[in-house]
Amino acid sequence: MSSDLNAERRRKTVLSIVLAVICIIYVLPVLTVVINSFKVNTYVKTDTFALPTGEMWAGFSNFIKGMTFGNYPFWNSVKYSVFITVASTALILLFTSMAAWYIARVNSFFCKVIYYLCVFSMVVPFQMVMFTLSKTADSLQLNTPWTIPIVYLGFGAGLSIFMFVGFVKSIPLEIEEAAAIDGCGPVRTFFTVVFPMLKPTMISVGILEIMWVWNDYLLPYLVLDINEYRTIPIHIQYLKGSYGTVDLGATMALILLGIIPVIVFYLVCQKHIIKGVAAGAVKG
Amino acid sequence: MKKRITGIFSNPLRRWFWLFLGPVTAAFAIGFVWPFIQGIYLSFCKFKLIKNATFIGFGNYISALSDASFRHSFWYTALFAVTSLVLINVLGFAAAYALTQGIKGSNLYRTVFFMPNLIGGIVLGYIWSMIFDGILSRYGTSILLETRYGFWGLIILMCWQQIGYVMIIYIAGLQSVPEDMLEAAKIDGASRWQTLFRVTIPNVMPSITICTFLSLTNGFKLFDQNLALTGGQPFIIQPDGSTIKTTEMMALNIYNTFYNSNSASKGVAQAKAVLFFILVAGLGLAQLAFTRKREVQQ
Repeated sequence: MSSDLNAERRRKTVLSIVLAVICIIYVLPVLTVVINSFKVNTYVKTDTFALPTGEMWAGFSNFIKGMTFGNYPFWNSVKYSVFITVASTALILLFTSMAAWYIARVNSFFCKVIYYLCVFSMVVPFQMVMFTLSKTADSLQLNTPWTIPIVYLGFGAGLSIFMFVGFVKSIPLEIEEAAAIDGCGPVRTFFTVVFPMLKPTMISVGILEIMWVWNDYLLPYLVLDINEYRTIPIHIQYLKGSYGTVDLGATMALILLGIIPVIVFYLVCQKHIIKGVAAGAVKG
Repeated sequence: MKKRITGIFSNPLRRWFWLFLGPVTAAFAIGFVWPFIQGIYLSFCKFKLIKNATFIGFGNYISALSDASFRHSFWYTALFAVTSLVLINVLGFAAAYALTQGIKGSNLYRTVFFMPNLIGGIVLGYIWSMIFDGILSRYGTSILLETRYGFWGLIILMCWQQIGYVMIIYIAGLQSVPEDMLEAAKIDGASRWQTLFRVTIPNVMPSITICTFLSLTNGFKLFDQNLALTGGQPFIIQPDGSTIKTTEMMALNIYNTFYNSNSASKGVAQAKAVLFFILVAGLGLAQLAFTRKREVQQ
């Protein structure tokens, strides 16, 4: 029996070592970005994996240079990215949860139509509507960072309505009935009784929407006027467009600046993120 | 038919229709329904600007299907999707299996493996193009010069990003395998591999279905990473003067037909988009049918 236990222990040790090695390999790409963001541009291509020592060391000059890269202040794209992500997510959470409650509680033909259209919209790839959507957004003047959240609400409603309706159906009706008997109208019932109960789904949907909008490239690229408004992915793709002439060291500095908030956000809300992603796996 | 349970508010709530359903309906009409209908219509039209579109029937579809670059992108995408599906799922399942063995530091490993999912496709493509070129430049070549480098480069990138994602779903599945079943297999003298293939895997079949279809549709819909890593390079000029972008996937091909070809090809691009939609939606429906069938069996 003891040899069995020993074998088991040895197996676990081997597995631990293998996992630790894979773990280090996994972090390497991000480390490469960090190394190269402190490297003088000419060495990024020739000595990609060398530490920035001696004459390769560029200090923070890459970060300073990157700020005004591509004749566009990087800080602006950070601001637009943050605003669009926060506003779109807030809009989607508020309005789709309201709609989902209505759909789950009112038995009408129109509700069914809306619900099945939402489910249907989840399997439609963006390329199907990208041209017509950007033209529609243009003609309705939805082409600024202040109005693009409406486009996100429209195109992203499907998944969140689907998830909210699923959750609302699991809430016992008695709670809402009690509120009604106590003299609560539908609006007050929703905001004071139902809305707080939706919190777990709110977090899951919120995380999925934040990850989608923050990293989204094509929709804002087609809808916004990119000479004036660039989000972080648009800005970085714009720099890559002029590959060869571009300062790679400074671009890596910008990428690093773009990744840091994402990684901090991940480490802080890790548990919710992983749960949210598992919950959203229904989307094809 | 089963009567649907509705709330006490069913009737008073109807009066608040405009408040609860109004905003989403309006945005949904602008952001999805109208562009979708218009997109279907325009796929049968010849147009430069939407307002002077003229109906031409199936002409665009014929042009789309006879476009060599589109056919190439379909086979390239299918090959990519299937290869990445197999690799991502096998490695993701292995990772999940390893992390449910009660090893110290499992949480740390899980955190690290999932991390690349948070990084956007464009940024990922840029990071990896620097890494691949850092390696390949020593051999005097570049990821942009050979189709197979671009293909395997994208596979490596997608594995790095997606393994952590399917791993999360597999971990949830593995944790729900009944403990007593594993116990019983052990008592009956089943080896570790027998237990894995006869007990564990049949029990996580639902997770396997979800992950397989997820990585298949993700592979077909891939755009950002493809654009940022190779952008379709290297190009081959055909004898008839047209260009085939050898690492261009379907979504990128549609995009390029819309925005980077001559302006007369927008109708063809829209027809390609409709075909693409039918393909992706078909995969989605197949998944639904497949999962439904399994649910009945259980």
